Amino acid sequence: MAHDKVLFEILIRLADDHLVLGHRLSEWCGHAPMLEEDLSMPNMALDLIGQARSLYAYAGEIENRGRDEDAIAYLRTEPEYKNLLLVEKPNEDFAHTMLRQFYFAVFMEEFWKEAISSSDNTLAGIAGKAMKEIAYHIRHCGEWIIRLGDGTEESSRRMRAAVEVLHPYTDEMFDHDDVVAAAVSAEIIPDPLLLRPRWEQGVQTVFKAAKITMPNDYWALRGGRAGQHGEEMGFLLADLQYMQRTYPGMTW
Amino acid sequence: MYSQGLIGADGKTAEDEAFIARFQKRIDAEEKIEPNDPMPEGYRKTLVRQIGQHAHSEIVGMLPEGNWITRAPTLRRKAALLAKVQDEGGHGLYLYSAAETLGVSREQMTEELLSGKAKYSSIFNYPTPTWADIGMIGWLVDGAAIMNQIPLCRCSYGPYSRAMIRVCKEESFHQRQGYEIVMTLAQGTPEQRRMAQESLDRWWWPSLMMFGPHDGDSVNSDQSMKWKIKRFTNDELRQKFVDATVPQAERIGLKMPDPDLKWNEEKQGYDFGPINWDEFWKVVKGGGPMNRERIAARRKAWEDGAWVREAALAHAEKRKMARLAAE
Repeated sequence: MAHDKVLFEILIRLADDHLVLGHRLSEWCGHAPMLEEDLSMPNMALDLIGQARSLYAYAGEIENRGRDEDAIAYLRTEPEYKNLLLVEKPNEDFAHTMLRQFYFAVFMEEFWKEAISSSDNTLAGIAGKAMKEIAYHIRHCGEWIIRLGDGTEESSRRMRAAVEVLHPYTDEMFDHDDVVAAAVSAEIIPDPLLLRPRWEQGVQTVFKAAKITMPNDYWALRGGRAGQHGEEMGFLLADLQYMQRTYPGMTW
Repeated sequence: MYSQGLIGADGKTAEDEAFIARFQKRIDAEEKIEPNDPMPEGYRKTLVRQIGQHAHSEIVGMLPEGNWITRAPTLRRKAALLAKVQDEGGHGLYLYSAAETLGVSREQMTEELLSGKAKYSSIFNYPTPTWADIGMIGWLVDGAAIMNQIPLCRCSYGPYSRAMIRVCKEESFHQRQGYEIVMTLAQGTPEQRRMAQESLDRWWWPSLMMFGPHDGDSVNSDQSMKWKIKRFTNDELRQKFVDATVPQAERIGLKMPDPDLKWNEEKQGYDFGPINWDEFWKVVKGGGPMNRERIAARRKAWEDGAWVREAALAHAEKRKMARLAAE
């Protein structure tokens, strides 16, 4: 596979993860359980949207077909979005939201740590900036998982329910396919398989403090990386794309 | 985002004359009143009510704008809107803290908002059906807020005046950002220009209502002016706003929906048509297009989040016990 095609595909996957997760988090804005969370969830969403913008803009350059960040972010069909299924899962409740964010952030921290020395300088630069932001996401969400897991009976029940629902979506983060294999061998990205033990350890540390058991018996769910999404994705895209689809070709 | 000409304050106070005179002397000398200073009960109550209404307005104001975050037309606009709505939440937080210095807790104020006892700005009871509304809120609503709040930076109560200094900086950024959204639409396709004009037609009059009733009908205005909580009357601020905003509309080819609007050379300001006060009072009292939805959304967030807040308390308690046991 040609180098630029691999790089483009990797950038799109990463950008879609960040955009879609940022979108989900931003749905909380004005509806959070407390005012402090009405500030911190948009704050994390802003980090994610900012990273998505850098990644889309760079993908557009690599593709070299005149598409800018918005053309790529807004004007594709559902199977062309390559985000992990994990990040498109609905907010459900605060426990699901914090856990989804935590799973992703722990993975991305390990990913960016390695991507700082990517053979691609632009990606390495994006990694450097993202690293600084993600530490807060891990700390913030990790603390909530502990508070909820070891809080009241209800919060502990909800936290365990979230783990049961979301954990099966985490395997997809470590998946290999032709694109990942080519990107790893070109040293564009770290090998996700090598990140897995570090991710497990990071999650385990917080789960232990939260008195939550890490599931080991479950059916892994995957498909987003191949453009096969869940039922919720179409609604998300309907919101996201509404203006661009209704008023095509205008400047905003 | 902004505070309305105060609704229904009770400035009555029962201290003796010597006390009131000493207090008034400090006010007249432009001294700042700080939380632990002696103050008339009426002064404290008026401030609690005003800061509370202001804080609630910031929080409820997150809803009509938050409504558009997931549908913002570009990533740049999405990021800017997220940051703006987050700023409004931040303003709510400082304002609740300022009110707490007067002895009312955030929980108490929240309960008053959810029960309908406390008011918030009537403007947020209007809907945001189009993207242009996001521009209008920034340009007109934040613009009106700035007119109200710049004088509040000199308010006699220290914590409120200091909160306002920070808030005003952010609001003026929001106002420019909103105007830029509207300008982009006004310079866009005919469809976009129509969208902008239609939105202006809906927001103009409610924005003028934000300054509150006419001076003659604003019963508590005099006392607030005397205590230097307020520095200008509702009508003075409204006039300043009209004079600043009309030329901005003209510059981008939009028209205010007021056939009586015209420049008055003699007063060096615009004359404008009568405000529909029936509509204002209807919206203030709960009958506006979005009153029920706004409070229902806040109540839902509060009730749905109860288990989270309880868990945080329970966990903190467990930690405290574990620490004590270890000592």
